[in-house]
Amino acid sequence: MTHTRADYPLAETQPGAVTGKHGKALPEITLDAVLAGEVTMEDLRITPQALQAQADVARDVGRPTLALNFERGAELVEVPQDFIMQVYELLRPGRAKSREELLEAAATMRDTYQAERIARFIEEAAETYAARGLFTFRF
Amino acid sequence: MTPKLNRWKRFADWDERPLRLDKFAAEDPANGFSAFSSPADPKPGIGIKGGRVVSLDGVLEHDYDMIDRFIARHHIDPEVALEAMALDSATVARWLVDMNVPREKLVRLAHGMTPAKLAEVVSQLNALEIAFAYSKMRARKTPGNQAHVTNAKDDPLQLAADAATAVAFGFDEIETTMRVSRNAWSNAVACAVGGAVGRWGTLFQCSSEEAEELRIAMAGFTSYAETVSVYGTEKSFTDGDDTPWSKAFLAAAYASRGVKMRCTSGAGSELLMGFHEAKSLLYLEARCLCLQRGMGVQGTQNGGIDGAPLTATIPGGVRELMAENLIAVWLDLECASGNDARSTESEIRVGAKILPYLIAGSDLICSGMGSILKYDNSFNPSLINGEELEDYLVLQRDFEADGGLTPLPESRAIELRERAVEAIAAVFEELGLSTPTEDMKTSVVYASGSDDTRSLMPRDVSFISEAIKERGITVIDVVKALANRGFREEAENLLNVVKLRLSGDYLQTSAMIRNGRIVSAVNDPNDYLGPGSGYRVSEERRLQLNDIRDVLDQKEVLRSEALHEKDEAKHIRYRNLGPAANGSAKDDVVIGISPAFGLKLYRTTAGHRLSEVLGAMIDAIRARGLKARVVRFRHTADTSFLGLSAARLAGSGIGIGIQAKGTAVIHQRDRQPHNNLELFSNAPITRLEHYRALGANAAAYALGEMPEPIVVPQRGEAMGSRYHARVALIYAIETGLTEAGAAPEEVDITLTGAKS
Repeated sequence: MTHTRADYPLAETQPGAVTGKHGKALPEITLDAVLAGEVTMEDLRITPQALQAQADVARDVGRPTLALNFERGAELVEVPQDFIMQVYELLRPGRAKSREELLEAAATMRDTYQAERIARFIEEAAETYAARGLFTFRF
Repeated sequence: MTPKLNRWKRFADWDERPLRLDKFAAEDPANGFSAFSSPADPKPGIGIKGGRVVSLDGVLEHDYDMIDRFIARHHIDPEVALEAMALDSATVARWLVDMNVPREKLVRLAHGMTPAKLAEVVSQLNALEIAFAYSKMRARKTPGNQAHVTNAKDDPLQLAADAATAVAFGFDEIETTMRVSRNAWSNAVACAVGGAVGRWGTLFQCSSEEAEELRIAMAGFTSYAETVSVYGTEKSFTDGDDTPWSKAFLAAAYASRGVKMRCTSGAGSELLMGFHEAKSLLYLEARCLCLQRGMGVQGTQNGGIDGAPLTATIPGGVRELMAENLIAVWLDLECASGNDARSTESEIRVGAKILPYLIAGSDLICSGMGSILKYDNSFNPSLINGEELEDYLVLQRDFEADGGLTPLPESRAIELRERAVEAIAAVFEELGLSTPTEDMKTSVVYASGSDDTRSLMPRDVSFISEAIKERGITVIDVVKALANRGFREEAENLLNVVKLRLSGDYLQTSAMIRNGRIVSAVNDPNDYLGPGSGYRVSEERRLQLNDIRDVLDQKEVLRSEALHEKDEAKHIRYRNLGPAANGSAKDDVVIGISPAFGLKLYRTTAGHRLSEVLGAMIDAIRARGLKARVVRFRHTADTSFLGLSAARLAGSGIGIGIQAKGTAVIHQRDRQPHNNLELFSNAPITRLEHYRALGANAAAYALGEMPEPIVVPQRGEAMGSRYHARVALIYAIETGLTEAGAAPEEVDITLTGAKS
């Protein structure tokens, strides 16, 4: 289902449908639940579905590039923090010594995490870095 | 002989002004010192082939640097580009300031415009037009503001107290950073806890190293980030150790963690980094902003930022900062509009810098107003700091403009600071991180800045900070600790902020939280279409803005006068002897007093007892062997007419008129009412010796002499701003007692000679 600006803010229009990673909905995340030890950080993480809904809303109000960022973000939700930081590091100038290193990271994103948009984005970076000589050694 | 000097002394005076600490740079495009245009700036242009951008501002695709590439692929909308680029720039500039051209139309066109085109359009606007266009084009209707909360010791108790006060002043976002980078975790916990005192919904960021910042956000302590910097030339970008792709990847990573994010860019950074390519500041900044829209970030911290002080040294630099902010909002980005780094030592330049933003409104007027004192600001001093925050509150009231802040009563501030300090101390104790003493806590509650505190020092803080990090303490632990120690409301508030990340509603453009609800460009879009539309200060909000401290009203003036009534009764008695007669003796000088003199009002604005003032004048007249007769007039309260009426009654033809506030005049029987002999109009600086001299001169005139007129020396004090509100209220009390045709009354004065 595609969301529109009428669904915004989701936390107010459909709080029951806004859930964390383990399916706990917004109204269930109370202070008492936290004190009872029933809420973990994982319950406080955004889901790909919520990001997709925000992407729909952004597109509906005329912000296509913001929507694309939310969609790239949706793909990264399940990617472990360490791998995200590793890829970020690799994308910085001179970290990757060749196009192949970036293409390998893109392949992992695509094959392991089904992060297709992210993969293409990294490939585009690889192509640019090659054209601009960014695979040089930086001391 | 007056010696000849080698300079006009006015220049020596000017040398002492704070302004002369500012340095100014010559316009020099070849070396990057040009605000709006440089011979090296490209002409706007675009080529589209098969839906692909094959040339951009005169550069062919195979020559694109990485910034051109990113803009061509991710910013330019090929479906709009040909139409938008074909428009005459002057026409588009006019549309920006035409209230009848809707924002959406202009935003759509911006999607098809290149950096050179955007820069060319906004360059056509003068400063006033830029401010107006900014007001019309900014994304969210309701304005907001952001504060810096830091201190020179990284003291978490003070951070918590200062965060709580910043929240109470109404800041929508607070931002911290550290003196010592390993103290980041402690700063984050302290501000998160302090920011949860009093109300919930203030977003919080901890500016630190990129990876660390993301980890702190993951632990739930922060809710937004804005230090993702981008640059306008390829070399400065790589020197900044990033590329558009690495930054865009980071933007997606923040979104994936449900954390609000904006980029940072501003004029002058490329110039500071030495890779400006001889381009103008505005053109480079237009590139940065197109990049940011292409990256898909919701907003930008923009308007010079760290480069603002350098930009302000260049001719037109401050106008350029406004112009780049306009491009940001035209591109539909949330704009935290700079006004943070202090770009001048001149308070006049500070006030001039902030005013357009205050009256135009902005998503975040300052991307960091110093809510703390200058020396405590670990980002460097802001344009406006804790020292001047009250000036800003008054500017809001003066212009009836909503700058996002609300005056905070002193008692409430203390209450909140106590609560915040107790809350963070409880969390530290509960988690076994530190046990702050009562003395530490008390010193912080009442401290204006860290010079006044005896609290945790940077080294103590490092142990706390590293323990938080190593033990993997998260916001859930902190919420529990708060609740377990009786800070249930703060625990709820903190949890509410973390819950924002579940729906991601606050990831949309220009999102902030007001009264527990999301307000963003989606549900609060700027709908300005002329007077009566867009953001208006509601009556309720206007009353809030008005409510600064120490406001005078008539009740307050009468209350303070009543305090003096009893005291004055010990010094003087007035006895009404009935209608005053015309004097005939040559030695008769009349002192005409005003209707409320000694009856409702008892002190001059300089604070002298009226009995002392009268006594001084009478003594001086008598010292010349003349008689001083006191007459009360009730037909007028005007000084000139009091004096002239007194002169007409006096046998000598010389009278003194004096109002209760102390304004006095020497008059002569046959003169025009306002053509007096001597006027003492600056009552607040008129001393008893002047009243004595006034009496002496009146006597001299009565004796036919020509004395040296008395000059009450003044040093250019803004007497009106200091006294006129009180004077107007006092004078209304005088005029309220006047009665047309009321006859003058002879008054017998008894000065008791009592010591105060």
